[in-house]
Amino acid sequence: MLRKAIRRHPYLYAMFLPPLLYFLIFHYGPMFGNLIAFQDYKIAKGVWDSPFVGFKHFETFLADPYFWKLFRNTMLLNVYGLLFSFPAPIVLALLLNEIRRQRFKRLVQSIVYLPHFLSTVVICGMIVNFLSFDGIANQLLEALGLAPAQFLIDPSWFRTIYIGSDIWQHVGWGTIIYLAALTGIDPQLYEAAVMDGAGRFRQIVSISIPCILPVITILLLLNIGNFLSVGYEKILLLYNGSTYETADVIQTFVYRRGLLGSDLSYSAAVGMFQSVIAFAMVIGANKLTRKIGGTTLW
Amino acid sequence: MKLRKFSAFDTVNYALMLALIGIMLYPLYYILIVSVSHGGAVARGEVTWLPVDVTLKAYEIIFSDAPIVNAYKNTLLYTSLGVLINLTCTALCAYPLSRREFVGKQWLSLFIVFTMFFDGGMIPRFLVVNSLGMIDTVWAIVIPPAVSVMYMIMMRTFFQDIPEALHESAYMDGANDWVVFRKVVLPLSAPLMATMTLFYAVMHWNSFFPALIYLNESKRYPIQMILRNIVIQGDLSAQSVEMAGVMGNMIVDQNIKYAVVIISILPILLLYPFLQKYFVKGAMIGSVKG
Repeated sequence: MLRKAIRRHPYLYAMFLPPLLYFLIFHYGPMFGNLIAFQDYKIAKGVWDSPFVGFKHFETFLADPYFWKLFRNTMLLNVYGLLFSFPAPIVLALLLNEIRRQRFKRLVQSIVYLPHFLSTVVICGMIVNFLSFDGIANQLLEALGLAPAQFLIDPSWFRTIYIGSDIWQHVGWGTIIYLAALTGIDPQLYEAAVMDGAGRFRQIVSISIPCILPVITILLLLNIGNFLSVGYEKILLLYNGSTYETADVIQTFVYRRGLLGSDLSYSAAVGMFQSVIAFAMVIGANKLTRKIGGTTLW
Repeated sequence: MKLRKFSAFDTVNYALMLALIGIMLYPLYYILIVSVSHGGAVARGEVTWLPVDVTLKAYEIIFSDAPIVNAYKNTLLYTSLGVLINLTCTALCAYPLSRREFVGKQWLSLFIVFTMFFDGGMIPRFLVVNSLGMIDTVWAIVIPPAVSVMYMIMMRTFFQDIPEALHESAYMDGANDWVVFRKVVLPLSAPLMATMTLFYAVMHWNSFFPALIYLNESKRYPIQMILRNIVIQGDLSAQSVEMAGVMGNMIVDQNIKYAVVIISILPILLLYPFLQKYFVKGAMIGSVKG
């Protein structure tokens, strides 16, 4: 059947060849490259001649308290993301939906979407300069008669800065899907509520939120599925030796240890641990979504 | 729906929205005014609402700085070449998968979508790029992100919606799949390709991590890498002597840092009306399709 199809549509199969090669080399290649996690890999020897050591690297890092600190930091950034970054666009969408003047609403939307298009480097550049010791944030604190803070050096500030800047950048963008769901609500529901004497706040709580609840559930599950993926590029730009305590996550560690420290096998093992757990969580989240009856990923 | 009167709820809501506009715009506005203010005034903390001693000195310095201009050119090259490769590969991948006659498309789709959920990892990917001899070449930047699975799915959906009758009449005229793709499908997909160009261009323009790990030679750095070195690390060592001389010390003046930020986000700001329009559509399709 396949042979016949190839003979009848040779160009379709020829067209597909370059993308197929691309996925084999740049996606499946690295997947099988994870073999080095079970070796003492040396670049000079290559994958074929490096000696296999079984689960040695996995045993080493699982027994290392520092790995568990990385794991904890990664999880905590996600938990805070779920608590603060996730609800922020929902609240904003509900408020935007209450604006009756369409021109003002569009203006607000245009402005809050903008930061989404700025690069991670620009965002971090702003953070680092605004929060530096003589930056504008400390100038403000001083003007208010407060003591300046060591935002970038004090580890206890890191998570706040990370989550806060994430909300600043993505809160507007996150409203798009909720706003679409909100416009789909039957206006008669609101009219009936007004008849019953419900105020604006009551309408939000009793009509708007229940109506977009399915969307919220799906996005929440997707979010949980991506639980281990934190913005390591951003962390890489923001952290420094004195904030590793709270800022160092699995991927930043893999980068430092593997690419800066050339400890390839060990860091590949740590990276693979993350990939496997993340994959399991996506599958789990998708199963759960299917059970609830929403749309699934595939 | 009839307009309700302006209630207390509205007052609070409008006030919140105005505050939000301020929070979103002020950081960008501040960067702009600092970049055109005199360095000394900035250092003394005098610039808050309006620029002080307006000067374009910072821009003169960065435009006469060879590494910055060079990095800007690199980024233009990476973005244009990268987008070309993205569009070609994504379309070549999406078109066969959109055709019924393409036997095996279920398996091949699964094969591709799987890569969205299982990441090979940073280290093995680096080793693949390294073993292909791509380190310190433009290819390390433009080839590894050749196809975004999500955009590929969007393209496939678009191709699927092209009426079958158009294909059939072309086949009747003796056209093969390649001719149909070139002469029928692509001309109909111009708006889609414009959207995809924007999506991929923003991705390349803003990308810095691949450059960080795959490029060692500073003459190949894109603007985002220079931005990181100057703005975040305050590092002039990679920059020209002339620039360090102008400043007379090793601390980069705020106005120069912010001028670099401004020139790096300028293209994004200029394209923003289009970006907003197309990306909102994309965000909707993307979220429906996962």
